[in-house]
Amino acid sequence: MQRIGVFVCHCGTNIAATVDVSKVAEAAKHEPGVVYAVDYTYMCSENGQNLIAQAIKDYGLTAIVVCSCSPRMHEATFRAVAEKAGINPFMVEIANIREQCSWVHKDMEEGTPKAITLMKTAVAKVNLDSPLQEGESTVTKRALVIGGGIAGIQTALDIADAGYKVDIVEKLPSIGGRMSQLDKTFPTLDCSSCILTPRMTEVNQNPNIRIFTYSEVTDVSGFVGNFTVQITKHSRSVRAEDCTGCGICTSKCPSRKTPNEFNRGLDTRPAIYIPFAQAIPNVPVIDKEHCIHFKTGKCGICSKVCPSHAVDYELKDEIIEEKYGAIVVATGFDMIDLHKFGELGYGVSKDVVSSIELERLMNAAGPTSGHLERMSDHKQPKEMVFIQCVGSRCAPDDRRGKTYCSKICCMYTAKQAILIKDHYPDTNIHVFYIDVRTPGKNFDEFYRRAVEQYGVDYIKGNVGKVTPLPNGKLHVHGVDLLDQKDVEIDADMVVLAGAIEPNPDIRKLATMLTLSIDNNNFLNEAHAKLRPVEAATAGVFMSGVVQGPKDIPETVAQAGAAAIKVVGLLAKDKLKTNPCIAEPDELYCNGCSVCANVCPYGAITYVDKEIRDHGLRETRRIASVNSALCKGCGACSVACPSGAMNLKGFTNRQIMAEVDTVCQ
Amino acid sequence: MQELINRAKELLADGTVVRVLGWKKGDLPYNPEPHIFTSAQELEKDFIYNGFCGANLSKYMIAATKLEGKTLVFLKPCDTFSFNQLIKEHQVNRDNAYIIGVGCKGKLDHRKFAAMGLGDIAEISGIELSDACDRIHVKTIYGEEKDIDYRDVMLERCFFCKTKEHQIFDEKLLDSKDTVAEGADRFEEVRKIEAMTPAERYAFFRSELSKCIRCNACRNVCPACNCRHCVFDNTKYDTAQKANADTFEENMFHIIRAFHVAGRCTDCGECSRVCPQNIPLHLFNRKFILDADDLYGEFQAGSDTTTPGPLTAYTLHDVEPAAGLERSRG
Amino acid sequence: MPVIEKTASPEAMLEKENLAYLGEADAKKESTFTPKIVAFCCNWCSYAGADLAGNNRADYPADIKIIRVPCSGRVNPLFIMRAFEKGADGVIICGCHPGDCHYTTGNYYTRRRMALLISMLDYLGVDKGRVRVEWVSASEGARFASIMNEFADTIKNLGRNVRLEDIRCRN
Repeated sequence: MQRIGVFVCHCGTNIAATVDVSKVAEAAKHEPGVVYAVDYTYMCSENGQNLIAQAIKDYGLTAIVVCSCSPRMHEATFRAVAEKAGINPFMVEIANIREQCSWVHKDMEEGTPKAITLMKTAVAKVNLDSPLQEGESTVTKRALVIGGGIAGIQTALDIADAGYKVDIVEKLPSIGGRMSQLDKTFPTLDCSSCILTPRMTEVNQNPNIRIFTYSEVTDVSGFVGNFTVQITKHSRSVRAEDCTGCGICTSKCPSRKTPNEFNRGLDTRPAIYIPFAQAIPNVPVIDKEHCIHFKTGKCGICSKVCPSHAVDYELKDEIIEEKYGAIVVATGFDMIDLHKFGELGYGVSKDVVSSIELERLMNAAGPTSGHLERMSDHKQPKEMVFIQCVGSRCAPDDRRGKTYCSKICCMYTAKQAILIKDHYPDTNIHVFYIDVRTPGKNFDEFYRRAVEQYGVDYIKGNVGKVTPLPNGKLHVHGVDLLDQKDVEIDADMVVLAGAIEPNPDIRKLATMLTLSIDNNNFLNEAHAKLRPVEAATAGVFMSGVVQGPKDIPETVAQAGAAAIKVVGLLAKDKLKTNPCIAEPDELYCNGCSVCANVCPYGAITYVDKEIRDHGLRETRRIASVNSALCKGCGACSVACPSGAMNLKGFTNRQIMAEVDTVCQ
Repeated sequence: MQELINRAKELLADGTVVRVLGWKKGDLPYNPEPHIFTSAQELEKDFIYNGFCGANLSKYMIAATKLEGKTLVFLKPCDTFSFNQLIKEHQVNRDNAYIIGVGCKGKLDHRKFAAMGLGDIAEISGIELSDACDRIHVKTIYGEEKDIDYRDVMLERCFFCKTKEHQIFDEKLLDSKDTVAEGADRFEEVRKIEAMTPAERYAFFRSELSKCIRCNACRNVCPACNCRHCVFDNTKYDTAQKANADTFEENMFHIIRAFHVAGRCTDCGECSRVCPQNIPLHLFNRKFILDADDLYGEFQAGSDTTTPGPLTAYTLHDVEPAAGLERSRG
Repeated sequence: MPVIEKTASPEAMLEKENLAYLGEADAKKESTFTPKIVAFCCNWCSYAGADLAGNNRADYPADIKIIRVPCSGRVNPLFIMRAFEKGADGVIICGCHPGDCHYTTGNYYTRRRMALLISMLDYLGVDKGRVRVEWVSASEGARFASIMNEFADTIKNLGRNVRLEDIRCRN
């Protein structure tokens, strides 16, 4: 018989407000095996942990139940407490009376009885717990970084600097990401590509780093320390090893009407192209959708003009498989589609642009060579309106936008305004905003410079409509909330600070990596505060905007954090493995193979083993589970008709006992 | 019958097999029993094969093929599906089996004799495989004599006979005769129940399942019930049923038993044949077969020794459970 | 073999407490009826979805108690039958969306197993609405709560579950 201690957490008022915690503790005292029950404000605090450890010693407890938050939150914490106090860490069960009780029920009348049932269920389960020992698995000393933007670049550099091998997989033909599209960066106004390009070169030259551009992760299997990843390297139709990057092919290509993605479609590019001047690798790629040769079988000019005969239309996608110990997801973001905001004139007038398009218009390498001009008539705008929070901070029922703040827009708008005023001091700039949010080092000073030194006109309020006028102007109709009046401006150019959202590819990737994502497609962290760069899936980390909106320095900081987590993992030679794995009962198993048929990991094999069964001695074919391969899903335990296959930690008897208790 | 005895004697004599699994005369003319024969004398004295030999001998081969030397077994066409299924589940050792596929002209249901008032059979003729199996002459212990139609006393399952072709054998002896009834649909009964209202279905199964005395005859005879220990005897599962704790257990047993054999049941019908309470247990198995056939494609357990059953396979676009129900509800 | 016939008066066979189908109105009258509902949630998606429902304070009835299992594929039909044996009025099995299973294939087997089991229970006269399979991802907190609310309503409307009992034991 177990000697069980039950520890009921108040979680401040998080639990105690809707669950009578003392009643739960009192009820626990009458449960079988329970010798001690107590409630306490914060069980996860040091005092709370000490209280548990002390009770384990004082009452000779063999198992504990903690009624608290979700086991996903603190199961590990309490297991560690149990282990420190001398009992097996798997003799711990958590009754989730916060997320699945106090937070979802109105009052004590509902919450308390349910919490008591959940407590009883956990007691019923812990009564049948048995001590489990963790196994060991090896670690492949190589990391994978998915995404070659500044987040991925920095993560890869930091991992490589620590002496580990790392591969970057980038979907586009070049690494660099969004940062390579930006003109200057706030609040220091240093040139984005001037600070990014050296990093890109560093990555390219680091012997520990391999870069797979124009490639995608197409399959992931395995687990922490032992991931097997399939990477599909799309065919560039240009042999990288032969290409010198001279660019003759791109200049001779007759198909030149494809919108240039790098310049956000503000100009066009040839079908064979290098996305931007500093691209790494500096190897062109053929856009097969627009290439005349691929469409009609004719042309072939690029192949003819290439001095090194690097163009090869026959090149096929290549699939490689590599093993990794850790994976970092850094897939970044894009701006939401602004066509949904037709009332603001986007897609209606060429002179309504997104802020990232404005970056390209201001960039010396952009479609206008850095001259700020209207796309309609190439005139320099004199009257400019910036509209903030387009698609950000929307109401929950707004289908077009996002509820969150995109965080970076206030600052880049101030930056863009300052830069424009610097270059074209006679420009009038009006910024419509909901709030100006400038928390960050030197951020508010920077914004104030825009207002005080440069005289940018900030108007608190929304814009209802932008109407193109016959004279080429854009009639902006907004409202000034502070002065309580309508504002009407005839602008030359309107800039929309659209919301940013995670790259939509993350959904596919999250499925492959079994990651959890929130309603906005941002990755969920293992813990929002304490494990902000780790995914719930062990061995997977995140850096950059894929986790949530952030600016460049924050991204770089997070990239470093993800890298150190990866390094911490790769530095280990062995990892402890989950002991909650399948276990066949040799006396019950009849070797029918049904379990192996449903095992996704091939963890079950059959052995001929001499069995002694009640005095009978015979050689039987019985199932055998490989503890390194078994992940503890339990599919086999259900396929097995006799109940010979069991799952440690979630045994048949335990689940039956839980069912019984719930139905009491 | 004598051909079977002679061939068995030959195979015993030349050492091909060391024992013979067949049917032995029972103490009454209608209850032959499975038996292992080890000598020619024994075969001559007690071996029998006639219309009452409905028992599926496949399951006995689980134990027999574990013994030293080959066992000769007589399998009717339907029994061979079970044998294949047992090979698939690694329960029999094919190398230790010598299979004689024996002909079948339909098996008899003693209950039907009883229903005609002819249950207490003293003598019976016309039920040997060498007979035409059209007409039967019965003499009761009360001296009453009667000629009846073979098909009037044939087991219901034989009207839905899957095939008279053996799925696995080393040699074949004796001829079979087609017994399938015109327009026979083995799922007719299932569809009839599906067409009832929930309350009617509930009432029907209450009355049938309440007859269960948990003698475990169904479990013992079923070739798919080949677990070393049944989950309902598993003390490590909290499912072991000794004395009934509540009124639910017989129901649970039969539902779970049917679930456990789903995709493995060859629809041999032995469960219903042996049930002393006459519970139509095959209605559970056929329900699962019908559903699985409809939802995941037709599948006959035991038609080969490799194809996985519907519950150990899946496709990426299987029907959702809620939608799957729409089939049976039309 | 028995001839399959409808029992002359199936209604008469049902005890009052089993009137869920025929006496829905009666069952509804029972204002104190609080259903017992067991929810099996897979650890990776649905249990996390349930946690997220908590984080978002999206409420659902306290009649629903969650049992954590590593995978929906761990849910044995025996557990569901056991729940009914012990008086559960409804059982809901939640797993990752097909294709998203943490263990790759677990929910594909669940989908087949439960399709057959639900159909069998329906065949036995247990309303098909009493067992449900739902795919809920870790991000679908709001959806988790709305599924639970809807399921609880369904069970409340169905009333107390029929009992697959032995009629010989009736008084």
